[in-house]
Amino acid sequence: MCLGVPGKVVEIWEADGTRMATVDFGGVRKEVCLAYVPDVVIGDYTIVHVGFALTKLDEKSALETLELFRSVGLLDEELGVSFDPR
Amino acid sequence: MSDGTTEYPDLENWSCPLPLRDHPQIVMGHGGGGRLSAELVQHLFLPAFDGTALAGTLQQLGDAAVIDLGGQRLAFSTDSYVVRPRFFPGGNVGDLAVNGTVNDVSMTGAQPIALSVGMILEEGMRLDELGRISESMGRAARLAGVSIVTGDTKVVDSGHGDGVFINTAGIGLVPAGLDLGPHRVRPGDSIIVSGAIGMHGIAVMSVREGLEFGSDIVTDSAPLNGLVQSLLGSGVDVHMMRDPTRGGVAASLNEIAATSRTGMQIVERSVPVPDDVRAACGFLGLDPLYVANEGKLIAFVAAADTELALATMRDHEYGREATLIGTVVEEHPGVVVAKTGIGGTRVVDLPLAEQLPRIC
Amino acid sequence: MKYLDEFSDPDLAASLLEEIRQTVTQPWAIMEVCGGQTHTIIRNGIDQLLPEQVTLIHGPGCPVCVTPLETIDRALAIAARPDVIFCSFGDMIRVPGSSTDLFRIKSDGGDIRIVYSPLDAVRLAQANPDKQVVFFGIGFETTAPANAMTVTMAKQLGLTNFSLLVSHVLVPPAIRAIMDAPTRRVQGFLAAGHVCTVMGMSQYTTLVDEYHVPIVVTGFEPLDVLEGIRRVLVQLEAGRAELENAYARAVHPDGNPTAQAVVNEVFTTCDRAWRGIGVIPQSGWRLSDEYAEFDAELRFDVQAITAEESPLCRSGEVLQGLIKPNQCSAFGKECTPRKPLGAPMVSSEGACAAYYQFRRLDAEVSA
Repeated sequence: MCLGVPGKVVEIWEADGTRMATVDFGGVRKEVCLAYVPDVVIGDYTIVHVGFALTKLDEKSALETLELFRSVGLLDEELGVSFDPR
Repeated sequence: MSDGTTEYPDLENWSCPLPLRDHPQIVMGHGGGGRLSAELVQHLFLPAFDGTALAGTLQQLGDAAVIDLGGQRLAFSTDSYVVRPRFFPGGNVGDLAVNGTVNDVSMTGAQPIALSVGMILEEGMRLDELGRISESMGRAARLAGVSIVTGDTKVVDSGHGDGVFINTAGIGLVPAGLDLGPHRVRPGDSIIVSGAIGMHGIAVMSVREGLEFGSDIVTDSAPLNGLVQSLLGSGVDVHMMRDPTRGGVAASLNEIAATSRTGMQIVERSVPVPDDVRAACGFLGLDPLYVANEGKLIAFVAAADTELALATMRDHEYGREATLIGTVVEEHPGVVVAKTGIGGTRVVDLPLAEQLPRIC
Repeated sequence: MKYLDEFSDPDLAASLLEEIRQTVTQPWAIMEVCGGQTHTIIRNGIDQLLPEQVTLIHGPGCPVCVTPLETIDRALAIAARPDVIFCSFGDMIRVPGSSTDLFRIKSDGGDIRIVYSPLDAVRLAQANPDKQVVFFGIGFETTAPANAMTVTMAKQLGLTNFSLLVSHVLVPPAIRAIMDAPTRRVQGFLAAGHVCTVMGMSQYTTLVDEYHVPIVVTGFEPLDVLEGIRRVLVQLEAGRAELENAYARAVHPDGNPTAQAVVNEVFTTCDRAWRGIGVIPQSGWRLSDEYAEFDAELRFDVQAITAEESPLCRSGEVLQGLIKPNQCSAFGKECTPRKPLGAPMVSSEGACAAYYQFRRLDAEVSA
């Protein structure tokens, strides 16, 4: 139900009154319907599920989350906790 | 076929020696290279052909047969090519038909010598298309250094043949003293793949109706006989080779693990997958390990020869990205286990049938 | 790939796992409702990496698994018709009905097409005016906006040869049903990230308050799932029960209002039978009366088709985490992935199928 993959909007056009886009997923391009994300513009990243963009991906939020993950490890180091990476 | 004295099987009372799942008819999954295909062979074909095979040859499912001809050993393989669409990025059914059989024969260590070509054509098929396919076959054969020596053509009514079905069969001679096969695979062996996987299956899917997507991914269809000869000539102790076509690397490893009664452990992070293939698999929900390849081989070599094998393969045009992906082990015989990207483990099972895109 | 690779980083995964180990002091049972998250867990071996005290219960989060048997039978009846082009996501093709499946219907000559997007089905309808094109609209809330648009488009284009066979299921009622069961074991939930991308988070606040259970909206990459689990455990250890968003890059508290508007127009809530569980009230969506003309069940008059689930199947108990799949007497015998009796064995994300595939190896990889 949830296979939604992030991709970058590289082209936008209209077909029969519906906003469509070409979205690039790491080198692979697919036609995607933008009807549900009226704010998305070229260059934005979006989550695509069954050919529909569902939301604009919040880059700032993504970076914050990754930073949070990185700080989790740092805290462990500070506390002198060691872990096996694999 | 009839000479008046031959007994014909009583087809009306024929019953399957082992129940074939619950499909009284052939379904597409039977051609997928996974469990359903294996079962069709095990439970329908093998029992029917029992007693006709020279000792042990028919048991080598998916491999070319090696037949002792009083001193010389003949490698003999056949395969049929029904891919849709017929033309896909980087190639068409024609070069697949040639390279596929060249590769099957090559996996025995034999240098392929000659191919037969059988074509089943649909009435109404365009001659220019047939011409392009045939040209590709000729080109592929010349590139591989094999001769197409005999063939046959049949035409069927419109609506039955989907354009063209091609069967190729190939022969070669296995060098004396060379003994490759699952029986030689043993714990400790290194599992090496000759290059990046997933290209062919994704290339075909990218132009398949209902799933089309834009990409620069092309098939990796290529003749591997040169790479094989190079590897064998280097002094590496090669135990077995297999080209992972339908069902991908996963299917091949599972089949060999089952036949050789060994376990296999691979490291997912080591398996080379091109970035764009990975991306396509991502949005379709496919696993690259199960995607078909047409220009790659898996080699099982003695652990001590791993570095030499890798260097030799990387020296060859079709082995530039040869990589060690795992090891044969004693534990869990018949089962292939992968160490996942984040350090967990998962069982890489034999696929049921062809992998299909998912939404889940 | 951007926004994917970073969230699969093995070093960060190790940190999160260590953090989880430091957090846990007693046994806890957590459920993920989403099939996509189950897939990530199995695919990456996450359940094997977690400390022993943490039990992951795979919830009924796979729409394939929970589609009722009678809906499958109705779909098959429609697909078998010579005038129909039946379109479906790949997931549904192998799901068996009472006596057959789409694979077999295809081999009998049925025109079955796998599509990536529901819009492909609309295009097929435009291209084949002499055929009836039917799209099998399954899924949770995530897929509903896409399925809904096929119908609004068909209406706009004036297509008379397109219809939708709807079998949508909703997550919050499922969580409610699981928590209402007297024998429930689940103590915390990972909410399905993309369902919340569409629907927002407000429905889950009610559940948190009513059942005093932590719910963390979680994504789908390995780090996302580990973080979701970590946050639930932190709450459980502290005796808290709150709603958190661990997938902020793709989930806004209000969800996607544009999508919700279309979904509310096209669909209306109804009772829905979940395979292996039974009827959960108000847990599904069907086409609203305004769009009834596009309802394939009405157009092809298949509503009379009913089906009986196998009495051997104990999937309801499995889905609630009351028994493990291999504790069911039919597991591996009458019930296998190839001949499934109930929901969790049907799809590879189902708990029973995942168990079957895993064979509980406890294999140590040394390579």
